[in-house]
Amino acid sequence: MLLEIDNITLLYGRIQALHGISMQVEQGEIVALIGANGAGKSTTMRAISGLRPIASGRIMFEGEDISNVRADLRVIRGISQSPEGRGVFPGMTVRENLDMGAYTRKDSAAIAQDLDRVMDLFPRLKERERQQGGTLSGGEQQMLAVGRALMSRPKLLLLDEPSMGLAPMLIQQIFTIITEINQQGTTVLVVEQNAQQALSRAHRAYVLETGNIVKSGTGPDLLHDPAVKAAYLGVA
Amino acid sequence: MTSAQNWWKRTSNTVGSAWRGMPKWVRILATLLFVAFLYILPNKEFYEYLNIPGVWIPLYTTGVEFPSALFFATWMILLTLGLNIVCGYAGLLDLGFFGFFAVGAYTVALLTSPDSKLITEYHWLESPWPWLVTVPIAVSLALLSGVLLGWPTLRLRGDYLAIVTLGFAEVIRIIARNQDWILNGDRGITRVGHPPGKWSDGKAIFGILDTRPYYWLGLTLIILVIFVSRNLVRSRVGRAWIAIREDEDAAELMGVPTFKFKLWAFAMGASIGGLSGTLWAGQNSFVNSSTFSLENSILVLAALLLGGAGSIGGAILGGFLVVYVPEWLRSLPFLPESIDVNKYRYLVFGIILVVMMIFKPGGIWPNRRRVEEYKDRAKEVAVGVV
Repeated sequence: MLLEIDNITLLYGRIQALHGISMQVEQGEIVALIGANGAGKSTTMRAISGLRPIASGRIMFEGEDISNVRADLRVIRGISQSPEGRGVFPGMTVRENLDMGAYTRKDSAAIAQDLDRVMDLFPRLKERERQQGGTLSGGEQQMLAVGRALMSRPKLLLLDEPSMGLAPMLIQQIFTIITEINQQGTTVLVVEQNAQQALSRAHRAYVLETGNIVKSGTGPDLLHDPAVKAAYLGVA
Repeated sequence: MTSAQNWWKRTSNTVGSAWRGMPKWVRILATLLFVAFLYILPNKEFYEYLNIPGVWIPLYTTGVEFPSALFFATWMILLTLGLNIVCGYAGLLDLGFFGFFAVGAYTVALLTSPDSKLITEYHWLESPWPWLVTVPIAVSLALLSGVLLGWPTLRLRGDYLAIVTLGFAEVIRIIARNQDWILNGDRGITRVGHPPGKWSDGKAIFGILDTRPYYWLGLTLIILVIFVSRNLVRSRVGRAWIAIREDEDAAELMGVPTFKFKLWAFAMGASIGGLSGTLWAGQNSFVNSSTFSLENSILVLAALLLGGAGSIGGAILGGFLVVYVPEWLRSLPFLPESIDVNKYRYLVFGIILVVMMIFKPGGIWPNRRRVEEYKDRAKEVAVGVV
């Protein structure tokens, strides 16, 4: 088991955002976490990456309890997150953003390799290498955020709403790339509002509602689940 | 975008690329010549000839002695350079930066003045220490106070940090004013020690009459601080600072230990602020609580924003303008004496800053990255993403 979340709760001040969530991610999987706005998807991501402390429960990574490990040290352990929305450094160039992704690493030869790999995955970034992050389009920023997260050579890649604000064709494209990244050996946990895409790409998925996991199963199963269809796929 | 903005943008771009296009040796030579010019500047035989071409209006000050005006600018520039690390690089809004200046100045005053209560009342010291010895102590204490203030407060972000640092500067000022057992309140500490050295005729180099040596010392310290700043911002530390400034969450997700680096920035900035305080105390030879008013903290920040936070050139330009322009205006012959320029200084800066924030938020000499950050933030506000 690569990641095991055991009954975690999380508070924003006095408001409880997560009410005891448990989920697992196996080595090599793509796992999707779907749910409506405000269900706690991004909060779960922030708990895993360490941006937000959990109130109770346990987060295990590679068999070790990392609940109290600082966010920056979780990166070194192999967890890398691409943040939601405009998460790129706006003043840094594309190249500088990608270099920041490798901030914790010192193996410059391997970093150069990974840089090539990211540029291969996202040829657009290569064209825009010297351009500042803030001048990119929404789709390009999203690619940059994903590419940057890959630069730490993570064991677990956390993607928070990679399709947010993108045109349908770009959504297709970015999910194809996510599948490709996964096939190259990186485990992926993806949070999505676009349930259709997420479920058809994921091996397994969890459905989150107001801070609780209400359903889980394989991607295809959930895709054909009547309740999920009604609530998230816009099909009666 | 207005045509004035366009004109400015085109001009600064042309100047910038022309400068970068020159061979390296030309740039080094030009820089050296300019530095030499700055060192010669306070000599009367030299600056007397500096006038606005065509009209007979001097560029130097006449109300206050020109070398003194230049010296005032140097310690202000040291302050803006220090705040530039905290605020410009790491993006931490520190409203109490002058507090560190106070720590530096008081440390020097207490240790070097024969009137210090450490000597006269408590007999902790037998005799005053030399100025030079107290400088590293003062700088370390400023650094320490930066760490002590930063330790609990740097977990806060944005506005909260501003409020706490504002409180810090006020606390230092109020303590200095009200407690009597060591800092001596408003009566202050007199006869603060000067930097060492004698001319060949036996007179002290750092005397009371001649401000030039203080200016030269200040200028030298500025050059030193420029080198330190430049090297820091290009290092791993600097990249971490910029990442924190641009997006703190994202920086953390890259594996940057944000708290540690913010504390670093605070400590570095504080020690430069303290250094400025030691220089000022040495020249002024009198330190009391009224110097450390809140306005001064705000003034340093205003200077930095005016010049351009995050750029060394901007910090220097801002610090210089904020001190020098009012002094210069005061000495203009056609300005009636009844108008006290100093009195309107904050009003004018206030207006200028508001106008700047609207039309040129990056400052006069902006940092390329920051311009994009401001745009990005404006976009976020427009879209409603926080």
